Amino acid sequence: MWRILAVALSMSLVFSLAACTSEDTAEEPGGQAQEPVEPTRLVLASTTSTQDSGLFDVLIPAFEEAYPEYSVEVVAVGTGEALELGRNKDADVLLVHAKASEEEMVAEGYATERRDVMYNDFIIVGPAADPAGVGGTSDAAAALTAISGSGAEFASRGDDSGTHKKELQLWEAAGIEPSGDWYLSVGQGMGDTLKLASEKGAYTLTDRATYLNLRDTLQLEILVEGDSALFNQYGVLPVTDATNSDGAEAFTDWVTSADAQAIIEEYGIDTFGQPLFVPNAQ
Amino acid sequence: MEPIVEGFVEAGRLLASGASAVYEIIFLSLRVSALAVAIAMLVGIPLGYVLGVGRFKGRRVALILVNTGMGLPPVVAGLLVYMFLSRSGPLGDLRLLFTVPAMIIAQVLIATPLVTGVTAAAIGSVPLELRLQARSLGASWLQESWLTVKEARRGVMAAVVAGFGGIISEVGAVMIVGGNIEHSTRVMTTAIVLEARKGNFGTALALGLILIGIAFAINGMLTGLQQSGARYER
Repeated sequence: MWRILAVALSMSLVFSLAACTSEDTAEEPGGQAQEPVEPTRLVLASTTSTQDSGLFDVLIPAFEEAYPEYSVEVVAVGTGEALELGRNKDADVLLVHAKASEEEMVAEGYATERRDVMYNDFIIVGPAADPAGVGGTSDAAAALTAISGSGAEFASRGDDSGTHKKELQLWEAAGIEPSGDWYLSVGQGMGDTLKLASEKGAYTLTDRATYLNLRDTLQLEILVEGDSALFNQYGVLPVTDATNSDGAEAFTDWVTSADAQAIIEEYGIDTFGQPLFVPNAQ
Repeated sequence: MEPIVEGFVEAGRLLASGASAVYEIIFLSLRVSALAVAIAMLVGIPLGYVLGVGRFKGRRVALILVNTGMGLPPVVAGLLVYMFLSRSGPLGDLRLLFTVPAMIIAQVLIATPLVTGVTAAAIGSVPLELRLQARSLGASWLQESWLTVKEARRGVMAAVVAGFGGIISEVGAVMIVGGNIEHSTRVMTTAIVLEARKGNFGTALALGLILIGIAFAINGMLTGLQQSGARYER
């Protein structure tokens, strides 16, 4: 018994020492060079689909370079949870895509303002065999009608996310109440829903960015695109009385500035041969 | 404080409403984990017995492997099963991914090392004299092992409790291989994750409280069994 205790203690000691030394070495070069001030934490709540698109990997470093006093932490959750994080003041600034809910938040005073940032578009993807025969059409509602009557499966996010809300709008426009064995309500993020649709040979609605990012791992083709009903507007909202409201303001101004808009416009061209987002800040 | 109280109220309301959706996921959770722990017992108790009494080469390595397996993160177990069952994986033709059997397989993978490890420890603590005596009285190999397992039954029961507790509460594996599909593979834990993601913290907490309640009831039952065993011994 004592030997076990001794081993456990010595292991914890070794690990804590290792942690100390790695911290020391990490701090020294930066600490001497400049910035005596530790950057303040800025919590950005956004959606899994935005995170999955990879945009933050270029956007956040650029912001932190422009504003070294802030260090951004991205919390990627569903739109519903992101808005709830804002209401509870657990996030400082939101970058989401559910315009009606966003405007409601401003109206209720939970966010100080809401500004357009960019938009991307949704596409309907499905198996190459296309059992519902929707390939090439640009009418989203007609495509969904065809899918629902074909016996093929459709995977729905089913998680109250911006993408899920968009999907429900499209079903409503098609005049169909989606339910039954063919309608798989998955309750997961976009990447996981795409993987499930690919495995099951089902159709699904996805944002273009996530699809292009995962395309190589999926057996799904773009079948329906270009309908104006498929556009997806992103907004930025600084949270009222946020923990870091200066940072939230700074991020809001920056992401709608010409510099950030240029980064957004170019993102995706080198990797996918096409931009993923269209900047449209006023 | 208010949202937490809300969670308790919501839990009561959900159960009382008799909403079939709630009962559906409760029963699926129980079905998947009960079946998984039953299979884990079939494999883990004999294996634990062999590791507990055995004096063979490689036993130490096997014990270390089992004890490491006890710490296998559920999400890794899920990932392994996913990769085997995926259409691009070796068992893709079975078309088992995103079905209930896939969830059971993943949970068996998590529970078996738990059952095996704890059983081995319990069996190992049964005095050697007991088995020697049984043998000298002419007990067969099967009778001897049955006697040993019976002697260690409280520890074996603890192994089952550990296995069941480990899988009824895990979310990593069932999310990956089950897919959280409504009316099909959605269980308590994946429903909790979903409700939390939606921002319905009250409902999420309510489901969590129900899960804890079920775990409490089952553990109470098993502990009752253990205790009645203790009385019998004296």
